[in-house]
Amino acid sequence: MGFLSSVKPVCIVLISFAVLALLSFGANAEDSPKPTTTKPPAKPTEHGPIYTAPPQPLPEPEKSYLPLFTLNYPRVQIPFEITLWVLLASFAKIGFHVYHKITIWVPETCLLISIGLIVGAIMHSVHEQPPAVLTSSVFFLYMLPPIVLDSAYFMPTQPFFENVGTVLWFSIVGTLWNSIGVGICLYGVCQIPALGVQDINLQENLLFASIISAVDPVAVLAVFEDVNINEQLYIVAFGESLFNDAVTVVLYNLFNHVAELPVVDAADVFLGVLRFFLVGLGGMLFGLVFGFVAAFTTRFTRKVREIEPLFIFMYSYLAYLLAELLSISSIMAIVTCALTMKYYVEENVSQRSCTTIRHVIKMLGTVSETLIFFFLGVVTITTDHEWNWGYILFTILFAQIWRGLGIVVLTQIINPFRTIPFNFKDQFGLSYGGLRGAITFALAYTLPNTIIRKKLFITATIAIIIFTVFIQGISIRPIIELMNVRKTNWKLGTINVEIHTRLMEHITAGVEDLCGQWSHHSLKDKFMRFNNRFIRKILIRDNRPESSIVALYKKLELQNAMEVLDTISGDISAAPSLISMHEEKASNKSSFKPKRTFLASDLTAMHEILSKNMYKIRERTMSYTNKHTLPNDSRAREILVRRHTSIRRSLRARSFQGSESARSQKYFSLPLGQSLDTGYATESIRLNADGDPALELHNRSVRPKPRPRSKQPRFSTTRARLDPLQELHSTVNMEDEVRAEESSHRPSRQSSSSSNSRSRAPLQRHSSLGTPSVGEDDPEGDEQQLESPPPAWTPEPPDRGSGGPRNPLLRRAQWKPQDK
Amino acid sequence: MGSTSSTLSKIPNAEELSQETGFTSAHLARLFERFEALDKDKKGYLSPQDFEAIKELALNPICDRIIGAFFSSGQEMLDFSSFVRILAHFRPIDNNRPKEPNSPDPINSRINKLKFAFQLYDQDKDGKISRNELLQVLRAMLEKQVTEEQLESIADRTIQEADLDRDDAISFEEFRKSLEKVNIDHKMSIRFLR
Repeated sequence: MGFLSSVKPVCIVLISFAVLALLSFGANAEDSPKPTTTKPPAKPTEHGPIYTAPPQPLPEPEKSYLPLFTLNYPRVQIPFEITLWVLLASFAKIGFHVYHKITIWVPETCLLISIGLIVGAIMHSVHEQPPAVLTSSVFFLYMLPPIVLDSAYFMPTQPFFENVGTVLWFSIVGTLWNSIGVGICLYGVCQIPALGVQDINLQENLLFASIISAVDPVAVLAVFEDVNINEQLYIVAFGESLFNDAVTVVLYNLFNHVAELPVVDAADVFLGVLRFFLVGLGGMLFGLVFGFVAAFTTRFTRKVREIEPLFIFMYSYLAYLLAELLSISSIMAIVTCALTMKYYVEENVSQRSCTTIRHVIKMLGTVSETLIFFFLGVVTITTDHEWNWGYILFTILFAQIWRGLGIVVLTQIINPFRTIPFNFKDQFGLSYGGLRGAITFALAYTLPNTIIRKKLFITATIAIIIFTVFIQGISIRPIIELMNVRKTNWKLGTINVEIHTRLMEHITAGVEDLCGQWSHHSLKDKFMRFNNRFIRKILIRDNRPESSIVALYKKLELQNAMEVLDTISGDISAAPSLISMHEEKASNKSSFKPKRTFLASDLTAMHEILSKNMYKIRERTMSYTNKHTLPNDSRAREILVRRHTSIRRSLRARSFQGSESARSQKYFSLPLGQSLDTGYATESIRLNADGDPALELHNRSVRPKPRPRSKQPRFSTTRARLDPLQELHSTVNMEDEVRAEESSHRPSRQSSSSSNSRSRAPLQRHSSLGTPSVGEDDPEGDEQQLESPPPAWTPEPPDRGSGGPRNPLLRRAQWKPQDK
Repeated sequence: MGSTSSTLSKIPNAEELSQETGFTSAHLARLFERFEALDKDKKGYLSPQDFEAIKELALNPICDRIIGAFFSSGQEMLDFSSFVRILAHFRPIDNNRPKEPNSPDPINSRINKLKFAFQLYDQDKDGKISRNELLQVLRAMLEKQVTEEQLESIADRTIQEADLDRDDAISFEEFRKSLEKVNIDHKMSIRFLR
């Protein structure tokens, strides 16, 4: 049965292939190359001519009827073909996951190439040509930027900056080492008359060598993530692949230019080296400038949320194009732009924009990469190859040797400078994981035709790509697991860990200063200080210095809040409870009454803030992201479950002592064994006292407070009816509530545990702060055994669809009701 | 850098120090030079003012605690051997050291590094980090970024997470346990001291 169910999707996929093929094939005119998809081989080509001529029933010169059915293929040809190719490649990707075990053992790139091979075989058998779309300009202008942007945007910044020296060392020096080494060795091999390749001169060899030393460990990174390899290795592999794309492209252009020169002298070499540095540093500078400009722009995009993601893309692409214009390293430009931009922009934009940006970047990058690999497979079969056993085998051999040698030598040199040195297993993983990929192929394919042996180069490149991707890509997983390379123990930190590690970093930085040494700790400290003092003020919308401790704390608190919401089947919206709290305070201190409406609106704003922060914080602390998929939030769920039990325990153990405020509160997650009631109120005093309620409300997380549910006013936008809450002061009431609530735990438990926490019922009374998104869904009033089922959180649903009207609340600065 | 041997001869008990702390003689020589550079008045010992004169250290949020760690038990004079002994905590852990069952842990073992960090919290030396002590450290580290309430909430949460025996304070065992997954060597080592 399982087999049948997995066969069905495959059949569907194949049938859609066939349909697409017929569609494209039938519609096509005979002249242009068609993007044929797979088609049943039996279909002859005679169907074509039938559709080409629009039916003209009457040949009268002066009267021609309106054609009922016309076909104008050339008009849509290009977009149509592109769309079909992309769709086909995407179907292939769907198809892989039909049998999911495949993707564990065989990396996705292998599968893509295989599908490409199949399609190429089919096309070849009917003597079709693949579309000539992969030209140099198409590749460099349209396909490469998304791939690079994808890698750069999802690079974990903190580990990257801690290892930036190593990364740059491996990518720049390593690539140079590989290119020059392999180039010279191949040149030596070329001198052997038996191979018949004597006409390849040194420049061309170097050019070829630089192409094949671009490492693209896409598949390897996926394996690394799956086995939770230690972070150092991961980040060095990731960073190396990204930066050596830049180096390779620069070398490629350099050697390309040099290859055309008849004679190379020392001045050229010197200029080449100089140009290399200029290009690299210029690219970085460009990227920085654009990154800052983009961050600055997003400071003002509050009112135009819908096009916020556009700025990110446009600025990065602009950086890329301008760099191409000036012939400096566009890859470095876009990488630096993304790295700089990411940090500031993600603080300025709304969550939705943030999600959109991530999704779109991932999508574009994946599509681009998929297309290139797919195309590789097709081209393998359909082009004329020039196969030269000796050259190709030597290429593969030298590439492997030089890479391994390079890694070992470079590691020996840089290990003394690293806090965590690489051991031999790491080095092996790094060198064996050096697969070649998309960029290599594209660079080879777009070699200028002035190179005589272009076909040989293409063949050799394809050979080495297929060799590394298939053999190394498939075998690296078992080898890594066998060798027991160091694993990481990254997990979501607790507050303790965060605080203590921060303390330790400060200590170490201090002692380093004491000893007169510097390392990345002190540099990091200095940079963060500079950052907080100057840069953030300029680039971030409202100046909100946020330490990572606070961010993590908020995040954890909110998660607990969500959990509490889960457990306690809720009807009570938090706003009334907060209001009730304030009401209670009001009853004790009469000066609060005039501020009531103010507080109510603050609450909604708080929900916004928290939801925004919750999402954002989650993303910020999730540094270990997957190269192939978007970060997932399943970890948050674990914590929720764990906290859940502790909260339930504390709920039962709780005792109510009345409403004095022992200390300032804002502590959602009920501490074990502690009393529930303490200080919700001091804050309300503050609200009135200082003129900056925004600050207070934003910072606080209100202590969950049970609220008698007897009269639940509908939380309408008017917020007028807060009177019924007047009577809710007595602790006796509260206690009753809690006990009653306890009993309601059980029925609600099942449903809560099964549903998604974020889409759950609105804030329940035990948490005064929830998120609006939570608030909008239906409360489980029916599960309450108490009196009147409290009404739903009504104001939110109307606003749900649009992000607009609620957005002002996301900005902490204005809390006035009229800003809504 | 000067000749190592001449510097070494100025250091009293260089051999013992090297044995005890695990520093090589080159390191000891370098540290001695640093010691003398810091000791501007050439007193032969260091005082807290000498530490405070270091600019970068003064910018550190917990600089007074760090200084306090060196000048424990209220003394005002830090001689070279104490200086070196404390700095020895920051040597990277030697994984290759053979374990002798009867010898005490070397100064730079993981436990001792943790103890060093712990003592920075625990100013009154009662073996526990109370809520107040935690608050003070947090206040120092977070400076003006958060309000008092947030600080208190964070402190509450920290204690709640780590406190297993419900005494509202973090003992050394609890401290150690909460950090068991963290690579202390990475965080509390200074590379050059290897």
